Amino acid sequence: MAYDKFTVLRDTAVPLPTENVDTDQIIPARFLKATEREGFGDNLFRDWRYDVEGNPKKDFVLNDTTYFGKILVAGKNFGSGSSREHAVWAIYDYGFRCVVSSFFADIFKNNCLNIGVLPVTVSAEFADKLFAAITADPKTEIEISLPEQKITLLATGESESFDINEYKKDNMQNGFDDIDYLLNMSSEIDAFAASR
Amino acid sequence: MEKTTLFDKIWDSHVVKSVPAGPDVFFIDKHFIHEVTSPVAFLNLEKRGIGVKYPHRTIATPDHNVPTVDQDQTIKDKLSRMQVEKLRENCKKYGIELHDLGSAHHGIVHVIGPELGVTQPGMTIVCGDSHTSTHGAFGAIAFGIGTSEVEMVLATQCIMQSKPKKMRISVEGELGNGVTSKDIILYIISKISAAGATGYFVEYAGSAIRNLSMEARMTICNMSIEMGARGGLIAPDDTTFNYLKGKQYAPAGEEWNQAVAHWKTLRTDDGATFDKEYHYDAADIEPMITYGTNPGMGIKVVGSIPTTEGMEGSNKTSYLKSLDYMGFAPGESVKGKQVDYVFVGSCTNGRIEDIRSVAEFVKGKRKADNITAWIVPGSREVEKQAYEEGLVKILEDAGFELRQPGCSACLAMNDDKIPSGKLAVSTSNRNFEGRQGPGARTMLASPLTVAAVAVTGMITDPREVFPN
Repeated sequence: MAYDKFTVLRDTAVPLPTENVDTDQIIPARFLKATEREGFGDNLFRDWRYDVEGNPKKDFVLNDTTYFGKILVAGKNFGSGSSREHAVWAIYDYGFRCVVSSFFADIFKNNCLNIGVLPVTVSAEFADKLFAAITADPKTEIEISLPEQKITLLATGESESFDINEYKKDNMQNGFDDIDYLLNMSSEIDAFAASR
Repeated sequence: MEKTTLFDKIWDSHVVKSVPAGPDVFFIDKHFIHEVTSPVAFLNLEKRGIGVKYPHRTIATPDHNVPTVDQDQTIKDKLSRMQVEKLRENCKKYGIELHDLGSAHHGIVHVIGPELGVTQPGMTIVCGDSHTSTHGAFGAIAFGIGTSEVEMVLATQCIMQSKPKKMRISVEGELGNGVTSKDIILYIISKISAAGATGYFVEYAGSAIRNLSMEARMTICNMSIEMGARGGLIAPDDTTFNYLKGKQYAPAGEEWNQAVAHWKTLRTDDGATFDKEYHYDAADIEPMITYGTNPGMGIKVVGSIPTTEGMEGSNKTSYLKSLDYMGFAPGESVKGKQVDYVFVGSCTNGRIEDIRSVAEFVKGKRKADNITAWIVPGSREVEKQAYEEGLVKILEDAGFELRQPGCSACLAMNDDKIPSGKLAVSTSNRNFEGRQGPGARTMLASPLTVAAVAVTGMITDPREVFPN
């Protein structure tokens, strides 16, 4: 379905430097039993966020009120494992609109782009700078400009450009999704299918 | 003529259109759906007021959340029941073939596809499940997709995909005694790492791969995603054709001959290039087991857990966090550690050969007292065969509990959960934190190693218990 348009986002960020965060951590399988897309944010990082009795774990970053914002800065190989789009729904539903990492798992990245959460891949060095800056000052602001394909640490002005293909960029900026595109080429697909 | 890979041949022949500076519009031959990742896709179709374009290209089965006991009764868990009922409703509404609970071909989607002969060489196959890569064993391009893409396939039979890079992993030579295809793939992932093949599609090649049965090949391709690869495939050969011949959906008569003639062309040309290549010697591979919380954290069963030497920063922190969860220390050996549960099942190792190999080795023995042993066939067909071959009796005599088909404790969406803190050795595919239940600790291994663990009650090299 059409989603929020994404152009420029300027906000504080939540740091999660742990590497290899798999989608089972983002949203454990036992919370996938829904037939609708809303409400997954409550269980985002469920087993890191809450103990078995449901009490918040103090040492987990989402329970630390120092950190907040629409940007999640994550460790290397974020979103590995299961293809569950619920992981991105949970991230979106919680309030994040952009995930920054030095390395994303493939399917997770596609899933982000398909629902309008912008995945921004930065160098490992820039990711380290972001973690250091956010930890030093949780109110530090980051600007992500999709039109310019640029991420900037506003306090220091340090920036880095990021890749996204023109087609996906256009989709994100306009809130279009792939189905809109595919439905418009129905006759070409029919002809292709008939030839098989 | 340009030299191309097997992957190129299949990919390129399925591109409806290449979007300039964008992805390919990629045509999907077969689409598998299950109860967990499809309901929102159907809901969105309704919201858009559109239907399913080619219903005969989609096949459904409920597998992820289903109970593995009393499948003839109404599902007790309300949310699971709703998802399964939604799947039934959607299949009925749109005319999609459903292999429902209790029917002859119910089972894990990646087990029944091959069993029915739906999976064939040269096809493009997707499913809202990352282990769709299993079907690559037949020389198909098969990979997992998200729910938005499930919706795209239902609505248009296409998805928008950028072509991945190509990797070839060759394993040459003879496997040693007690070494199985699960050990091969755990070995490869331990070398390449859990993210090492991200952005790639893998072709597995070499004599050690060619000598494997179809089921063993499926185990390898199944875990391609565990090193980050989009999928993995193996060139079809006589082993593939013999497996498919006579299957319900396989071509028959003259069509069969034509199909085989075409399938024989599906191979990588000599001299074709890959973006990355790895070569391994089968003789170097020993029974493997994981010790951490991603499948790349694997060692020989007789090996020791790597120390933190050379690690720093978040890499070291993440490593220690993982070992802390497992209750293990850097440098220690895993052999002899006491185990609480064993699980034989899943789309990785829930097929008849897996159950046979466990049964063969526990025959006349008894599981250790400290072990709870679950065996969950991948499908009704596997279950039926296990009964017919007398394997169930052998396993029950050895103290194993046989359950009904489903994904079960692999992801613990149903009641098959390993209790918090308990250590399980499992034939499944993921050892993530809490994967088999909140707080559960998982070590991945082959069915053979799991059989050895079941009998001894501790981490054991199968070659020590079963010398031949």
